[in-house]
Amino acid sequence: MTNQGIGQSVRRKEDFRFITGQGHYTDDINRPGQLHAAFLRSPHAFAKIRAIRLDTAKKMPGVVAIYTGQDVAADKVGGLICGWTVKDKKGDPHKAPRHDIIAIDHVRHVGDQVAVVIAQSLSQAKDAAEAIEVDYDVLTPVVDVVTALKPGAPQVHPDAPGNLCYDWEFGDKAATEAAFAKAAHVTRIDLLNNRLSPNPMEPRSAIGEYDPGTDTTTVYTTSQNPHVLRLILCAFVFGLPEHKVRVIAPDVGGGFGSKIFNYPEETVCVWAARKLKKPVKWTSDRTEAFLTDAHGRDHVTHAELAIDKDGKFLALRVDTKANMGAYLSTFASAVPTYLYALLLAGQYTTPAVYAEVKAVFTNTTPVDAYRGAGRPEATYVVERIVEAAARELKMDPVELRKKNFVPVDAFPYQTPVACVYDSGQYAKALDEACKAADYAGFAKRKAESAKKGKLRGIGFCAYIEACGIAPSSVVGSLGAGVGLWESGQIRFNATGSVFVYTGSHSHGQGHETTFAQIVSDKLGVPIENIEVVHGDTAQVPMGMGTYGSRSLAVGGSALMRAADKIIEKGKRIAAHLMEASVDDVVFDKGTFSVKGTDKQVPMAQVAFTAYVPHNYPADLEPGLEASAFYDPVNFTFPAGVHIAEVEIDSDTGVTTVANWVAVDDFGKVINPMIVEGQVHGGIAQGIGQALLEGVVYDKESGQLLTASFLDYCMPRADNLPSYKVGMIETPCPHNPLGVKGCGEAGAIAAPAALMNAITDALGTEEITMPATPLKVWKVIQSRHLAAAAE
Amino acid sequence: MYAFNYHRPASLADAAKLLGSATDGKFLAGGQTLLPTLKQRLASPSDLVDLNGIAELNGITVSGGSVTIGATTRHAAVAASAEVKKAIPALAALAGGIGDPQVRNMGTIGGSLANNDPAADYPGAVLGLGATIHTSKRKIAADDFFTGMFETALEEGEIITKVEFPIPKRAGYVKFPNPASRYVMVGAFVAETANGVRVAINGAGPCAFRHKEMEAALAKSFSADALKGIKTDPGSMNNDIHASSEYRAHLVGVIAKRAVQAALG
Ligand SMILES: Cc1cc2nc3c(=O)[nH]c(=O)nc-3n(C[C@H](O)[C@H](O)[C@H](O)COP(=O)(O)OP(=O)(O)OC[C@H]3O[C@@H](n4cnc5c(N)ncnc54)[C@H](O)[C@@H]3O)c2cc1C
Repeated sequence: MTNQGIGQSVRRKEDFRFITGQGHYTDDINRPGQLHAAFLRSPHAFAKIRAIRLDTAKKMPGVVAIYTGQDVAADKVGGLICGWTVKDKKGDPHKAPRHDIIAIDHVRHVGDQVAVVIAQSLSQAKDAAEAIEVDYDVLTPVVDVVTALKPGAPQVHPDAPGNLCYDWEFGDKAATEAAFAKAAHVTRIDLLNNRLSPNPMEPRSAIGEYDPGTDTTTVYTTSQNPHVLRLILCAFVFGLPEHKVRVIAPDVGGGFGSKIFNYPEETVCVWAARKLKKPVKWTSDRTEAFLTDAHGRDHVTHAELAIDKDGKFLALRVDTKANMGAYLSTFASAVPTYLYALLLAGQYTTPAVYAEVKAVFTNTTPVDAYRGAGRPEATYVVERIVEAAARELKMDPVELRKKNFVPVDAFPYQTPVACVYDSGQYAKALDEACKAADYAGFAKRKAESAKKGKLRGIGFCAYIEACGIAPSSVVGSLGAGVGLWESGQIRFNATGSVFVYTGSHSHGQGHETTFAQIVSDKLGVPIENIEVVHGDTAQVPMGMGTYGSRSLAVGGSALMRAADKIIEKGKRIAAHLMEASVDDVVFDKGTFSVKGTDKQVPMAQVAFTAYVPHNYPADLEPGLEASAFYDPVNFTFPAGVHIAEVEIDSDTGVTTVANWVAVDDFGKVINPMIVEGQVHGGIAQGIGQALLEGVVYDKESGQLLTASFLDYCMPRADNLPSYKVGMIETPCPHNPLGVKGCGEAGAIAAPAALMNAITDALGTEEITMPATPLKVWKVIQSRHLAAAAE
Repeated sequence: MYAFNYHRPASLADAAKLLGSATDGKFLAGGQTLLPTLKQRLASPSDLVDLNGIAELNGITVSGGSVTIGATTRHAAVAASAEVKKAIPALAALAGGIGDPQVRNMGTIGGSLANNDPAADYPGAVLGLGATIHTSKRKIAADDFFTGMFETALEEGEIITKVEFPIPKRAGYVKFPNPASRYVMVGAFVAETANGVRVAINGAGPCAFRHKEMEAALAKSFSADALKGIKTDPGSMNNDIHASSEYRAHLVGVIAKRAVQAALG
């Protein structure tokens, strides 16, 4: 027991099936009579569809149906929605142009759906798709935000003039301007947050199935939030009753945000299955994934930091242009606004912050939440400009940060950008990180590198992020179309084993272990007797899914509430069995006992009695199960410090990550091994963003130049150092577990730390992510650093 | 993948005949280039003639001052061969650095040379060592074999049977991989042979080429320092999102020096 509860590195229960190839992913599922869908996709970034000729394709072997946008329109299928309405500076709602599941008159990015073929086999569907003839009027595309905002730029949507989705602001503009007016020093920086492709190992996949006998639709799909998808499909896209639609998200092989959203393909599978009364399956291939999985980031930012003569931050002013891609994806509007500007105070007491964000349509794949979603972009701005300020002021970046940190005794701390930070120990994390990184020995290491002709740099990132976005009333007032609670249910069986139902969804995070641990810890049931059930709307009562590192803080808290109810009821049963008063019964480590006596009954006996209630309180219902919902009172605020150290080969421009330290405060840690794994994965993605990854579109044609792993550079093991990971536990004061969330922190912290190290080595801020050998070499050439190093 | 007819002949003569009678036939070796192309529906040959059933095409022999590698010999076999490691360590190391274990366990030297991908490794060794390519019809000198990007001297239906590498006094190979694909972005194979010093540059241009200026300098003094100041014309280099032609031209100098150092051990 003691090695299974909170704080223990319990081995992941789910890994046996995953590493022995026995997981069940959507594409592993095949339904009787199943048909296959293949999409014909636009080869152009922007074009008007003049005509589509299907005659030849329709006659091809195995073809059951071919649908185009006209069929979608004829069936009055709703477009895909954006679930968060952002209001612009004037209070008007953002522009959300129609997002049809198959393009009707225009295609707006390479890969946009033009038609779908449903056939007996996948091969036949693909053959027929190739036989479809389309006449296009090719239009001039626009792929980047700066060009898209220029007068005379191509217009992606007629109902979004100037390609503007919204022009939004946040913070106190007047106070910020006043602070700049009296600043002793102003640091300015221009930043580009590169566009990323999520690349989960498992590509997206979906099966739509319709049972005319019960009028029930079942959707198997690679989703991070099956209940939310059901809600969107029912209430917005098809107008179906929720009790007639079941969404199953079985084992899902990674999401990183990209599987939060409602996509055209799964929607087409549902629509076609209902039309044809046959199951319809689609599985993305890797090229389709590059072309159609929602991308992440893609910001162009100018930021300014006002500082007084003592190095205290006075104000931060940020101007950001965020690329939305061709259509507004499910939560795209919230990412560069509420998930971004609210974090711009960072870990600092900066009294005034003002941000302006323009969201812009372009002829590119839609952009939405990707691991960190808004917070990596905010952290990148804050931590790059703070480091740049330290360099300009010739101050130690550690000292400058400490001078401006929110001190330990200031919590709860109200920032100028709406957040109330609940707890934290920022200076402690920085001190521990500096020690682990041997910051004191850096100068010596730099000199040694120089002797070898190498450039060495060190970079810091003191990040803060917000997880478990809540409470529902607040997010509702900001435009969210949903509540952000979570539900949990605990159900005992008569023999003492337990089902745990959660509305969170695990697609790699290890919930089947962590959630079992918290229930085990609380109720004293061994974890092997606990089955965590998730990912099926017919089994789990309700749910909001997994994103924004919310699962444990919100979903785990709901389970704690449910466990409290179990204990309450258990006490009444136990009191009856022990012939004692309920008020005298206490519960600890799986046993009910009567205070001050040696009378006790174990949980298993109480559960058995609940289902075989022969000797049972007269006024009590049989059974032992409880549901609870949890709507947090606030976000949680994980924070920490990452320190990166790099060595650059001045001959080739190759950057080697020489050292990495992370000291994170995730509040209470349930399973240190899993948390460390999340940190490792997050850092890998952050290093990927800073050093290797980047989506590139051709400016003229709008073609995606990085449409395969030949050109899109994923991080590999040999790109990464061994990390030193440390943890501080400052419990979150407002949820029952004291947890904060750890899933995104690495990806949030790493890019700024790494770029600060690279810019330190190169002595200039003028380099963008990813800092490829080519870019680094160009800087080395222009600054004659190669000669200097020799 | 489109449908095709599959053949697995046991002799060179049958292979040539099968290909000759196909409307649009292709030889199949390790399939590491051909199969991904088929899977992506970028080619639709009518027939695939699998060369893996022809025993004489497989194997490694070292004798009389040369290493001979059969066309269907896998990269992994070359990398692991004690004889190759002893005779031409740079060649074994090159083979061991191709792709990943799966690719090395399937990919073949014949397929790699016939394909002549500008970013492939083997062309560097073949040109750098002055190897001879034996085919079903003739022998072709390395200097005549690589004719352009994805182009070789091979004629329609001609099968590479083996490659004969003269054993050099010393040789070194260093590559700068493309960060994403890990294929060669710039490679240099430097060898001191009985017929003089040879420097082959692969990955950088449309096709592997010999760097005559470097050869001349190294003939005078076989040292990395001898290459100092030698420039490569960016005009002859490839240019893509990973490396501009200027950067490639610069890397040629850096990597060639490192290859000389590797050769010197
Ligand atoms: C993920 C991945 C990574 C890779 N990385 C690298 C790398 O780093 N460096 C590198 O050099 N290569 C790399 N490769 C390519 C690999 O080396 C292959 O071996 C090579 O592309 C072709 O060899 P093959 O035997 O697979 O040929 P196949 O794919 O079977 O055939 C390729 C072509 O050659 C023809 N052909 C095959 N054998 C003969 C013959 N004997 N005579 C005449 N024609 C013939 C075929 O008809 C076909 O046109 C990589 C491949 C993959 C999939």
